[in-house]
Amino acid sequence: MQKYLKVEKRNMNNQYGMFAIRIGGIFVALVLGAIFLIFSGHAPIDVYVTMIDGAFGSAYGVNETIVKTIPLLIAALGVSIAFRMKLWNIGAEGQIYAGGIMASGVALSFGDLPSLLLIPMMMIAAFLGGALWACVPGIARSFWGTNETITTLMMNYVGILWVDYLVFGPWKDPKGYNFPITAEFSPSAFLPTFGGTRVHIGIVIAILCSFVIYILLNKTVWGYEIRVAGENSDVAKYAGMNVTKNIILTLMVSGGIAGIAGMTEVSGVIHRLQSNFSPGYGYSAIIIAWLARLNPIAAIFVSFLFGGLIVGGYAVQTSGLPASVALMLQGLILFCVLGAEFFTGYRVSIDKRFFSKGEAKING
Amino acid sequence: MRKKLLGVMSLLMVLVMIFTGCSQKSTADESKTEDEKYKVAFIYVGPVGDAGWSYSHDAGKEYLLKEMPDVEATYIESVPEGSDSERVLTELAEKGNQIIFATSFGYMDSVMNVAKKYPDVTFIHCSGYKTDKNVATYFGRMYQPRYLSGVVAAKKTASNVIGYVAAYPIPEVIRGINAFTLGAKSVNPDAVVKVVWTNTWYDPAKEKEAAKSLLDAGADVITQHQDTPGPQQAAQEQNAFSIGYNTDMSQFAPEAYLTAPVWNWGPYYVDTVKAVRAGTWKSAQYWGGLKDGVVALAPMTDLVDEETKALVAKEEKKIIDTDWDVFTGIIKDQEGNVKVQEGQQLTDEELLSMDWFVEGVEGKIAE
Repeated sequence: MQKYLKVEKRNMNNQYGMFAIRIGGIFVALVLGAIFLIFSGHAPIDVYVTMIDGAFGSAYGVNETIVKTIPLLIAALGVSIAFRMKLWNIGAEGQIYAGGIMASGVALSFGDLPSLLLIPMMMIAAFLGGALWACVPGIARSFWGTNETITTLMMNYVGILWVDYLVFGPWKDPKGYNFPITAEFSPSAFLPTFGGTRVHIGIVIAILCSFVIYILLNKTVWGYEIRVAGENSDVAKYAGMNVTKNIILTLMVSGGIAGIAGMTEVSGVIHRLQSNFSPGYGYSAIIIAWLARLNPIAAIFVSFLFGGLIVGGYAVQTSGLPASVALMLQGLILFCVLGAEFFTGYRVSIDKRFFSKGEAKING
Repeated sequence: MRKKLLGVMSLLMVLVMIFTGCSQKSTADESKTEDEKYKVAFIYVGPVGDAGWSYSHDAGKEYLLKEMPDVEATYIESVPEGSDSERVLTELAEKGNQIIFATSFGYMDSVMNVAKKYPDVTFIHCSGYKTDKNVATYFGRMYQPRYLSGVVAAKKTASNVIGYVAAYPIPEVIRGINAFTLGAKSVNPDAVVKVVWTNTWYDPAKEKEAAKSLLDAGADVITQHQDTPGPQQAAQEQNAFSIGYNTDMSQFAPEAYLTAPVWNWGPYYVDTVKAVRAGTWKSAQYWGGLKDGVVALAPMTDLVDEETKALVAKEEKKIIDTDWDVFTGIIKDQEGNVKVQEGQQLTDEELLSMDWFVEGVEGKIAE
């Protein structure tokens, strides 16, 4: 059977075709989801409408979607940089935690400072935290050739457990009845919000980052170097580029930016450090970076849609859907959209011989 | 002519209704019928099927619906503590719910924030300590049935080692461990209670592993401050005995299960909804005990002998009918220092901020 199924690489230049394939992926997801929903006794159209309505249908929904967009976008920008050099930084989650720790440390120690000073300090600290987290796998990779996919992933657990240690131990809120949270930051450590909403200035920071990183990657020498090194490190070496230095530097910038996502989350939304403060933003960021094809501008829109998927997933619960079905729908949509990506790079065709039984026997 | 106009107009109206019906998820006609019902909402930290904490609140909700058929209740399950809960609470307030029950400690900050923005909605927060004009807290003196379950455990153990799978080192959990230990030592002074922390409320596999480690350390009765029956199953697998929590867990480990301290939220929910509706409700910190029925010891199975059953009944009567309570002196801490003098009692304030273990507990509260 395998013999008759041909998978060929293809170079798809047809923009419309690519677009059609991705829309097709979403469509397949919705149809599969509908079948599942009908079997579990729900009206699929109602559920989908609630989902879209919850995420984008009201000013409130859009605001909440933007709140989710911020950490997703910043972390996705971070990993995109490393992916450009074909460095597989799977450690954005840990870098978010490291950034959150550093930012919280600054906020808890220097709470008396005015916002204008404190917030930039927290941001720099978060960048350094994320950079430090990514620099460990970076050094191991460039000097000893360690596989950074595994080391960055392992650093995630270290970061998450560090937060646990701090909130259960030294940084525990003295008035928190032993609950694992730090004291609330002083108001000068809060990122300003827009009006009465929860949308904070982090969205401006995130979008600014997108444009800066776009320029950095596409218009600077460094951006060119990491792209060349990503394509072929030998070529880069012959051209006199310092690949070793670039591996460490790229991973550090990548991790540092993901670290800022941790800062915007503790400073803009939670206003304190607590265990498990990121529900996997760092992992979603990897998917977003790929769907955006490592393009920082496209990442803005993909993150927004992804944020909507999360917010909408909760909204469907109000129409009586169990949480697990909402999660399953989210997973289904992601699976099909990512699955559709495959077909933009490969052509799958069935050999004609498959249909004529006689010849099939001969081929055994 | 008139007839024609009427016809066109009604056609238009039907079209409009269809369109609004499609695009707005039929809020037009649904909200009207819903308005007649009194809307309340619940948010749960775990799935309702956890057979534990969230399930016990959902059972309270079902009781409320049965008692008050003109109430409509929605729930949202598996809401993480933290920033997501604020959005979920806002959404529920926005959807016209009059009362929102937030059933986990970690929702506290979110409840306070959202309550400020929706002064007309009443928020009832379980197990927290912050209140406002429209925010009340509620909880139960679970330490009372815990004490009784300690009596049951100490009567059953042969190794004199009882294992306690505990979630987080917060006062609520510490209080439960202490009460359980006091109950155990009241009938069996040689008994020790070994504690293992899991740092999770809901994780079936982790809870089960923690119970196994206690069984390996010589425990022959397992109890838990966790939301799943994982520890019960671990006890059954190693032919030990078990005491559940939250709800009657007998079906999960019929050969091990003895009893469980359980929640009975229904009557409190009914009283609260009635009071808010009548306008007589005032913010308060409710903390009911065995006497009020919000907590209880589930029926003891046949694995518990008659002598123990009689003893437990006697102790229960003592708590309900007299001034005596579990934390009445002399009580010593782990180092042997007297924490409560003879005849003295801990105040509610002291109980709510408890951060030390009584003598007989083997374990450490994370510093």
